[in-house]
Amino acid sequence: MDAPRKLKVATTSLAGCFGCHMSLLDIDERLLDLLEIVEFDRSPLTDIKHCGHCDIGLIEGGVCNAENVHVLREFRANCKILVAVGACAVNGGLPAQRNHLQLHEILTAVYATEAGLASGVQIPNDPELPLPLNQVHPIHEVVKVDYFLPGCPPSGDAIWKFLTDLVAGCSPHLGYGLIRYD
Amino acid sequence: MSQDTFLLDGEEIPFTRGQTIMEAARAAGKFIPHLCWHPDFTGHGSCKLCTVKANGHLNAACVTAARKDMTVENRTPELDDKRRTLLQLLFVEGNHFCPSCEKSGNCVLQATAYELDMMSPHFDHFFPDRPVDASHPEVLLDFNRCILCELCVRVSRDIDHKNIFALSGRGIAKHLVVNAESGRLADTDFSLDDKAAQVCPVGVILTKKKGFSVPIGQRRFDATSIATQVTEAAAAAQEEV
Amino acid sequence: MNENDIILSVLARHGNDGTRLMQILRETQEALGWLAPHTLTTIAAGIGWSRAEVEGTASFYSFFHIEPRGRYRVLWSDNITDRMLGNQDLMLQMCQALWLEPGRVSEDGLVSVDTTSCTGLCDQGPAVLVNYRAIPRMTAEGVEQMVDLICTGTPLSDWPAEWFNVVSQVRRKDRLLDHGLVPGQALLAAIERGPEAMIAELKTSGLRGRGGAGFPAGQKWEACRNSPGADRIVICNADEGEPGTFKDRILLTDHPDQVFEGMTIAAWSIKASRGYVYLRGEYRYMLETLQAVLDRRRAAGLLGRNILGQPGFDFDIEIHHGAGAYVCGERSALVESLEGKPGRPRLRTWSLSVKGFLGLPTDVNNVETLANACLVAVHGGAWYAGVGTAKSSGTKLLSVSGDCARPGVYEYPYGVTVAQVLADCGATNTYAVQVSGASGITLTTEEFGRRISFEDVPSGGAFMVFDRRRDMLEMARHFSHFFAHESCGFCTPCRVGTAVNARLMDKLAAGHGSVYDINELFKMHRLMQGTSHCGLGSTATNAIHDTLTKFYPAYQRRMKSLDFEPAFDLDSALSQARQMTGRDDSGAHLSNSEST
Ligand SMILES: Cc1cc2nc3c(=O)[nH]c(=O)nc-3n(C[C@H](O)[C@H](O)[C@H](O)COP(=O)(O)O)c2cc1C
Ligand code: SF4
Ligand code: SF4
Ligand code: SF4
Ligand code: FES
Repeated sequence: MDAPRKLKVATTSLAGCFGCHMSLLDIDERLLDLLEIVEFDRSPLTDIKHCGHCDIGLIEGGVCNAENVHVLREFRANCKILVAVGACAVNGGLPAQRNHLQLHEILTAVYATEAGLASGVQIPNDPELPLPLNQVHPIHEVVKVDYFLPGCPPSGDAIWKFLTDLVAGCSPHLGYGLIRYD
Repeated sequence: MSQDTFLLDGEEIPFTRGQTIMEAARAAGKFIPHLCWHPDFTGHGSCKLCTVKANGHLNAACVTAARKDMTVENRTPELDDKRRTLLQLLFVEGNHFCPSCEKSGNCVLQATAYELDMMSPHFDHFFPDRPVDASHPEVLLDFNRCILCELCVRVSRDIDHKNIFALSGRGIAKHLVVNAESGRLADTDFSLDDKAAQVCPVGVILTKKKGFSVPIGQRRFDATSIATQVTEAAAAAQEEV
Repeated sequence: MNENDIILSVLARHGNDGTRLMQILRETQEALGWLAPHTLTTIAAGIGWSRAEVEGTASFYSFFHIEPRGRYRVLWSDNITDRMLGNQDLMLQMCQALWLEPGRVSEDGLVSVDTTSCTGLCDQGPAVLVNYRAIPRMTAEGVEQMVDLICTGTPLSDWPAEWFNVVSQVRRKDRLLDHGLVPGQALLAAIERGPEAMIAELKTSGLRGRGGAGFPAGQKWEACRNSPGADRIVICNADEGEPGTFKDRILLTDHPDQVFEGMTIAAWSIKASRGYVYLRGEYRYMLETLQAVLDRRRAAGLLGRNILGQPGFDFDIEIHHGAGAYVCGERSALVESLEGKPGRPRLRTWSLSVKGFLGLPTDVNNVETLANACLVAVHGGAWYAGVGTAKSSGTKLLSVSGDCARPGVYEYPYGVTVAQVLADCGATNTYAVQVSGASGITLTTEEFGRRISFEDVPSGGAFMVFDRRRDMLEMARHFSHFFAHESCGFCTPCRVGTAVNARLMDKLAAGHGSVYDINELFKMHRLMQGTSHCGLGSTATNAIHDTLTKFYPAYQRRMKSLDFEPAFDLDSALSQARQMTGRDDSGAHLSNSEST
C-alpha cells in the first residue's frame, strides 16, 4: 500500500488577533510531527495567497467586514472540512462586543466626534478598503462549519488533540480540561 | 423495613419519601445536569437541563418526586443531546463571552457545557442589549449573562426576606429587574451579606474588586468536572457517616 | 381627583388586596392611561408587595402599559384569518394617514397603532381594538373615518355606535344552542338530584372538557369535592385565546345564563362558595352586560345566599379580566393570574383540584363545558350520551373562519367529518384546514374524511379554512410569531425556542433558507415537544411540523440552496457602512449566494 497522502491544511485569521495561530505554534516540537502528516496551503505560516483544494481549513476570527466574507467563502469552497478555531470564530468573541452598538454610531465616534482627532479626518471611503458589516458574526452564520474548537485561544494541547483526531479520521473529542471557552 | 429504591441509568438509588429524583441522585453521587436547581433550595423546574426519562416520560428531575421502582434514564446520548441544545439556547440568548467574564472557571453554566461537550453555541446569537448596573458600591450586576434561573429572586424573597429581584416582561424579552423605581441596585437595600449575593450560578451578581482574586487555573471547576465533584462530595459525605 | 387619589380609590375598592392586582392595574390604567413608574410604586405600597413583584405582573401582560401608549391605542387583530382579509394593508393605510410607525406613539401622545394576537372576531374581521373596545369588519373607508375621529380627538363614546356591533353568527344549532331552558331550570334540576347524583350523572354523560385537554368533567368535579378545604372555587375559563376560536364569545353573548348556571351547578356539586369568570381582556366590551346578567340572577335568587331556598347554598360569581396573555388560558397560569401574578404555569406538584386558587380546591372548566353541564342536569347523563361517538359524547361548537362563504359558529354532534363542515360553511377549492388553532393540527385534502372527536381530530373549537390561493408556510410562520409573542418565558426550550423558530421561519419565508434550517426546525420540534413546561411550548411547533411534513413544496419553493444559506442578509449587513462612506461600488456589495 502507498504511504498515506499528506493532508493539505489551510489557515487564516479573519477578525481575530492571531492568538489562535500563536497557539498553533505552541504545540512546539509536535509541529514537526504534524508536518510529517500535513502540509500547509494558504496560511500566514506560508506565503500562499489563495486557498487551493484542501482537506482541512482552520479559521480564526469572526466575520466583521466584506473581505472576511470573501476569504471565508474561498475557504469553504476549497476545504473539505472547515473548522472554526477559537472564541472569535465560534461566537464572534471580543470584536462582537460592539454588536449592541449601531455601526454608524461607532464610525461617527471614531472618525468624527472622538476628542483629539486631527482636523479633516473623515470616514475612509477608499474602494480598496473592505466595508465593515453592521454586526460581527461567528463564521457559522455565513458558511456551513463542520467542527468547532473553542478557547481564547484554544491551548496548544487542545489544537494538537483536535488535529491529530481529524488527521486520524476520527471525530475530534477534546474531553474535560481541553474544552475551555476562556 | 428495607429502603425504597428506583433505577437510575441501571443503578439502584435509595430515596426517602418526598425526595425528588434530583435530590436522591445527588445524595448517591449521581450527577444530573442542572442550572436552576441548588442543593439548598426547593426545585424550580425552569431551565429543563435536568430533564430525565422517568418510566418513558420526559420530566424535570428537580421537581419530580422519586417513586418506588421507577426506571429513570439520565446520561443517555439522547438526553445529553437535548441538554446540549438547551445550553446552546441559553448561550445565544444572552451575551456569554467567557474570556472576559470573571466567573469563568467558577460558572455552573460553563462547567455544565464542558461536561456535555458543547463545542459551540450553534445557533445564531441574539446579541441582546443589556446594560450593566454598576450603581451599587459593592456589587456589579452584569445582566448580559443572566439565565433567568430565579435563584436570586427566590433566595432574596424566601431567605433574605427582601424581595430585591424579580423577572419582568415575558418570552425572549424576559429580564431581571431590581426592587427600585429607578431600576438601580444602589436604590434597594441589597447588601453583600445577603444570601442572594452568593447564589447566582453564572456571572451576573459579582462582588466588586474581587474579580480575579482566584487566578484562572485554580477555580472551582478547573481541576475536576462538575460531575466528578458531585460523585466525590457524596463519597466524602458517606465517609463522615 | 388627582392621580394619587385615583390610585388610592382603586386600591380601596379592592381592599388593598394584592391578589386583586390584575383588576387594580386595569382600573388604574383605564383612569390614568398608563402605568407610570411612580404609579407602580404607589400600588406596591398599597398592597404591601415589593415594587419588583408589581412590575413583574404589570410588564407581563400585553394590555398593561408601563410606557405611555397614546390616548388612542389602536390594536389590529392579527390572526392569520385577519391577514387573509387584508388587515395589513388597512393598518398600513392607517399608519400612513397618521404619519406613524407601527408600535410607536405619535409625538403629540395622541395615538399609537400596533398589532395584537387574535381577538376572537375571525368570522367578522379584519378587527381592531380601540382602547380595548372591539370593532369588527374594518374597511378602507372605516380607516379613513377613524383617522378623522382620532385626529379631532373625538371620544369613543361619540364614535358611530354601529361600529362596535359584534354580531353572533350562529349557523347551525343543535342540543346546546337550542337548549330551550329558562334561567334557574337546570339549577333546580341539579338541586333536586343532589350533589352526588349530579356528579354521577355527569360521569354517565361522558362530558369531556371543551377547552382542549378533554378531561372528563365528572371526574374533575368529584376530585374537587373530595379534596379537603375550608372552601372551594369554581372558575370558568373564558380566556379563549386560541387563534381562530370564538365559540365561547357566542355562549357568553347569547347564553350567559347557561354559563353562569353551569358554574352554579358545579358549585352546588362540589360545595364551592366562590366563582370567577376569567374573561379575556379582548372581551372587555362584554363586562357591563355580563354584570347586568349577574345582578339579575342575584335578584332572582340564583346567586347569593341560600340559593333557590337551599339553606347554606351560598355562591356568587365575579368577573375577572385578563390583559392580553394567551398562556393564561392554561388553567394553572390562569389561577396565578387570578392571584395577581404573572401568568406562569405552575409545577404539576399539586393538581388544582387539591390546591388551586389561594391554595383552595379549585375546579377550572371551559365555558362550553359548563354550559353543557346544564343539559346533563336537566336531561340526565344517558340522554346526553345519546349523541356523539363512543369516547366523545354530546356536541361540539366549532368556530369556522377563513376561506368560506358562511363563517360563524356551527354546532355538530361529535363525529362530524371535516368534509361535512366544509360543505356546510360553503368552502370551495379548500386546500387545508387548521383545526384547533395555532396549537392544533393541519389537515390536507386527503384527510377531510376525518372526524372531529377526541378519538380522531380533537378540537378546542377553531376551524380555519384555507383555499388554494393560500401559502401554508405563511400560516406556520405567522403562528411561530404568535408563540414567540405569547411564550411566558419561564422555561428555556419555549422561551428561546419560540424565538429561534420565528427567526428560522422568517429566513425561510424570505427565500434565504436551506435544508439545514429545516433540520433545525425538526430538531426544535423534538426538543420543545418533550421538554417544555406547559402545553404552550409543547404544541408551539405543531403547525411547523405539520406543514413541513404535509406541505413541503411550500418550503422547497422558497429555498435557494439545498445545503446552507447564511443566517442574515449579507448585503444589507453592509448598509450602514455604505451610507456612512457614500460608497456604492461593487466592493460595497455582497450577495448571499456563494458563487459571487
Ligand atoms: C397554552 C394553553 C392555552 C389554553 N387556553 C385555553 C382557553 O383559552 N380556554 C380554555 O377553556 N382552556 C384553555 N386551555 C386548557 C386549560 O388548561 C384547561 O384544560 C381547561 O380550561 C379545562 O377546562 P375543561 O376541562 O372544561 O376543558 C389552554 C391550555 C394551554 C396549555
Ligand atoms: S457566565 Fe459563565 S458561561 Fe457566561 S460568560 Fe461568564 S463564564 Fe462564560
Ligand atoms: S441573576 Fe443569576 S441567579 Fe438571578 S436569575 Fe439571573 S442567573 Fe439566576
Ligand atoms: S412552555 Fe412556554 S408558556 Fe409554558 S411555561 Fe414554558 S415558557 Fe412558559
Ligand atoms: S435544574 Fe431542573 S429544571 Fe432547572
